[in-house]
Order: sequence, then structure tokens, then C-alpha cells
Amino acid sequence: MTLHTLTITRAHDLLKAKTISSVELTQAVLDHIARMEPQVRAYLTVTPEHALAQAQAADTAIARGEVSPLTGIPLAIKDVICTHGIRTTCGSKILGNFVPPYDAFVMQQLNKMGAVMVGKLNMDEFAMGSTTEHSAFHPTSNPWNLAHIPGGSSGGSAAAVSADMCLAALGSDTGGSIRQPASHCGVVGLKPTYGRVSRFGLVAFASSLDQIGPLGKTVADCALLLQAVAGHDRADATCAPHSVPDYSVALGQTVKGLKIGIPQAHFESPGLDPKVADTVMRAVKVLEELGARTVAVELPHTQYGVAAYYVIAPCEASSNLARYDGVKYGLRDSAADQLLDMYHNTRSEGFGAEVQRRVLIGTYALSAGYYDAYYRKASQVRTLIMRDFQEAFAQCDLIASPVTPTPAPAIGAHSNDPLAMYMSDVYTLPANLAGIPGISVPCGLSADGLPIGLQLMASHFQEEKLLTVAHHFEQATEFHKARPPL
Amino acid sequence: MKITPEEVMHVAGLARLRLDSDRVDKVAQQLADILTYVDTLAQVDTQDVPPTAHATALTNAFREDQVRDHLRPEEALANAPAKEGLTFVVPKVIASS
Repeated sequence: MTLHTLTITRAHDLLKAKTISSVELTQAVLDHIARMEPQVRAYLTVTPEHALAQAQAADTAIARGEVSPLTGIPLAIKDVICTHGIRTTCGSKILGNFVPPYDAFVMQQLNKMGAVMVGKLNMDEFAMGSTTEHSAFHPTSNPWNLAHIPGGSSGGSAAAVSADMCLAALGSDTGGSIRQPASHCGVVGLKPTYGRVSRFGLVAFASSLDQIGPLGKTVADCALLLQAVAGHDRADATCAPHSVPDYSVALGQTVKGLKIGIPQAHFESPGLDPKVADTVMRAVKVLEELGARTVAVELPHTQYGVAAYYVIAPCEASSNLARYDGVKYGLRDSAADQLLDMYHNTRSEGFGAEVQRRVLIGTYALSAGYYDAYYRKASQVRTLIMRDFQEAFAQCDLIASPVTPTPAPAIGAHSNDPLAMYMSDVYTLPANLAGIPGISVPCGLSADGLPIGLQLMASHFQEEKLLTVAHHFEQATEFHKARPPL
Repeated sequence: MKITPEEVMHVAGLARLRLDSDRVDKVAQQLADILTYVDTLAQVDTQDVPPTAHATALTNAFREDQVRDHLRPEEALANAPAKEGLTFVVPKVIASS
């Protein structure tokens, strides 16, 4: 049996029935990582000893009859999430040697449930990027075509799930960083509502936008992982006190009668690949065949989402990243004999070009004389984008759109044009600005055999609707069964 | 939108970044391109529109003030690039003349 290809749901059944052990399953995943990693390079740190010790403990728990849905399941974690005693780099040289003295809230939850962590996944430095080329360590390849990017910033997470190098993964999404790589790698990725999952122990990028979420081989697996990490945490003041529903119930709900909003402008924008538009529209037809109704909705201000985001996110980043000063942890330039020189040298040496670019934009936009023109203006446009969604969700349950304008570009395609990379987030950013949940689910392949995703968005805390519709779409189609030709 | 090399150097200083002179022109051009695109926001009528700082309805998140376990000083110092006893060590703050 090729254990590494299992879903969480299937592996759980086999573990519970004692047909397989977690040690066998974990070893199979570790062996597959060793085979695939030279080509895919999804990981920054693989933790075989840690994983096998956790698997052993899981097998002991299972023998006692203590089986949670994640007991003994080998998962991998984006390297933006702090793991106690295990290096957490955020894809940056400045945190290259950082070993967190505590676990993120989501890790505490996974550990309580007996999950196994096989390693930490590659990402664009500080989650700033849409390609994973901006990792300070190495790029990651798309398992569907190694010459192409896996998307980003959770590119390692999407590539690892796609290539069966873990059963599922956690990522983070500030402007599309879960949904966009999920779309590019042919897996399911869910960005929860802002506040649904605690960010305690998530290295901060843009605090009004960042959210942790799951990437999996199926919608059901994402529901399980979301269930494990969602909920209130006193350590994150932005974490919502709302009770967490049983997401497995949502999978069984019907699609019939649900109204899917279609923002026509999102299917007609100039940069949109016609094949992507056509594939996503055919996916909408499938939803209609399943009993959903479509209604036209207008989101007139989402066309300004990229501009608003590339003010708000860099402003927040320039403030959040001020903490990397070479004093308390991480890299320090030890040659400097004065404090100010040490700051300058450490940060210039430790941050890559894209991070420096965004820190500079943010610092510029917040500097004296520019605040009203940039940050205040962008925050007002953000209000208008939120109102667009409120009005749209008064007429529909969900909104369908592409995830990305094109399938995954070749590695290096955007290397000299940051703005072109920013434009690839045009369909995903609005959900972050509005704080609403969104999911990417595989819906086809391009002529070149690269995956295309369908994005569904819902109103705040309506993850259940996303899971219902995405699950039924998945069950009615074969796209999620396609594997990369490795 | 144009940004001068001097402005870039000023902002880099505020951000505690050192830009080598051979990179300044390229960075100035990239920032100008991005900010020119961002200027499309000026097309939007935002008269009387309140700004949004974050997307949830939560306001103040109060909790009881309780004594709890925290990191021990040794743990908090474990990643320090330089330390002495239970303190972080930094280079001189004020240059000696």
C-alpha cells in the first residue's frame, strides 16, 4: 500500500481499525519526502526523529482507544508558525537560527490531538510573495511542472500536499497565500474568517489581514484540520469568541437552493487567461447542476483591491518587522560597534529584496505628509470593498470567482517586475481586506497540464457554506483525484 | 509619481535599512512604479467614508488580569545573539568621540 497517498479521513479509518500504525504511515511519508525533496524542495526543515516519536506516542494512545480524528496523522507546517524547540525561519535569513521557546496556539491544538509533524514548509520570506521564489533558502517547484512556481506564499505547503509529502498542511493567508498556491498545485486550500483561528505564535506580517488555515487533498480533510485549530484563544485579542460549529455536519448539507453570486467583472478582467475563465465558468455550471442557483452580483470596488492592499499590508509589515533588530533573537551583525550601525547592517543583511521593498513602501506611506494620501485613503477604500461584499451577500450565499488570473507561471517570470506578481493576487486580496472566508478547490487543468482552482467566498463565519458547496463539487467531479505526473 | 534617490535614502534610514548606492536608482524606480499604480486609489470617491482598520466587529477584548506561567528568563534569552547573565547585550548606543 502506498500509505503516503492517503487522505486524513482514510488514514484515520485505517489507524483506528489498527490496519496500519502511525509509525508505518509516518515512515512512509518520511521515505516519500526523501525521494521527492530533491525535485520539489517543499521543506525547510524535515523532523524525522520528532515525527517518529510522536507517531510512537500516537500508536500507544490508539492502543488505549484514545483516537482523535488527527491522532497519528503526519502533517506539515508552514515555517511561519512557531514550533517549540524546532527552528522556525519564516523563510528569512534574519530568523535562520531562531528556535521558538513556545508553540503557536494551532500547534498546541494539533499536539493535544496527537497529530504528527514531519517538518516545516518553505514559503516566501515573511509570507511576502506569490511564488515562493522569495524564500531566503531556495525556491520550491510545482509538482505538476518542476519548471513552474507552486504559488505562494504557502508554496511549500501546497507543493508538499500535492506531491503526497504530507497528508495535509497548515499555511497562512494574508492576501491569497493559501488559496493561490492551492489553486496552482491542484489541492484544496481554505482561508478562514479573520479571527476564526488564533494567530498566537504566527509570525506577524500584516496583522489586520493574516489568517492561518488548512491545505489538504480533499475538502473533508480541510474541514477536519480547521475543526482542530479554530476557536477562541485568550492569547490573541483579535480571535473571535464565536462558538465553532461541527464542520463535518456541513459536508452533509445540501447545495440545493443555495444562491451563488457571480461577479461578472471578475470573469472579464483584461489579465484573465480565457482558459481559466472558461474552466471556472464550467465549474459554476456543475454547481447549477447540483441544484444551486446563480445570481449576478456587483463588486464595483474590488478592482481597487490590489492598490489598497499594497498600501495597507506594507504599512503593517513595516511596523511589524521593526522588531527584527538583532537584539533579542535572530541574525546580528556582530562587526558593528555602535547600535545604529548594528541595526542597519543586521536588517540589510537579514532581509531579502522583496521584504526590503515592502518595508520601504510601508515606511514611505506612513511617513510625515503621506499618511492621508496613502494609508487613510486605502483604509477608506477597504470600507467600500467591505460594503460591496455586504451588499452582495444580501443577495447570495456564496460568491464564485477565479482564484488566479493564470495557471502557475514559470519560475523567474516575474523576477524583475514586482507589480506583475502583485497583480496575480487580484481575485484573492478582497477576501482578506473584507475579513471573509474563501476556499480554492481544484476544477480543471490548463492546456499545459497545470491545475486551475475555483474560488468560493462567503460572509463572515460562514465557512460551513464553503465546505458544503466545495465538498459537493469535489464529489461530483474527478479533478481532486488527478495527481501530478512525478 | 517620481521618487528621488534622496527620498529613498531618507526612507531607508527611517526603516533602519542600508541601501548600497548601486541599488538606490533601481529601488527608486520600483517604488515609483508601485506607488503610481497605488495612485489609482485617487479615482475612488471616499468623501465621508470612514476608514476600516480591521475587518471584525470586535472592539475591546477584555479578560481577567491573572497571574500565569510565562517564559523563564533563560528561555527568553535562549535565542539572544549576545547576552550576559540575564541581560541582552547590545553595542554602544552613543558613539565615543
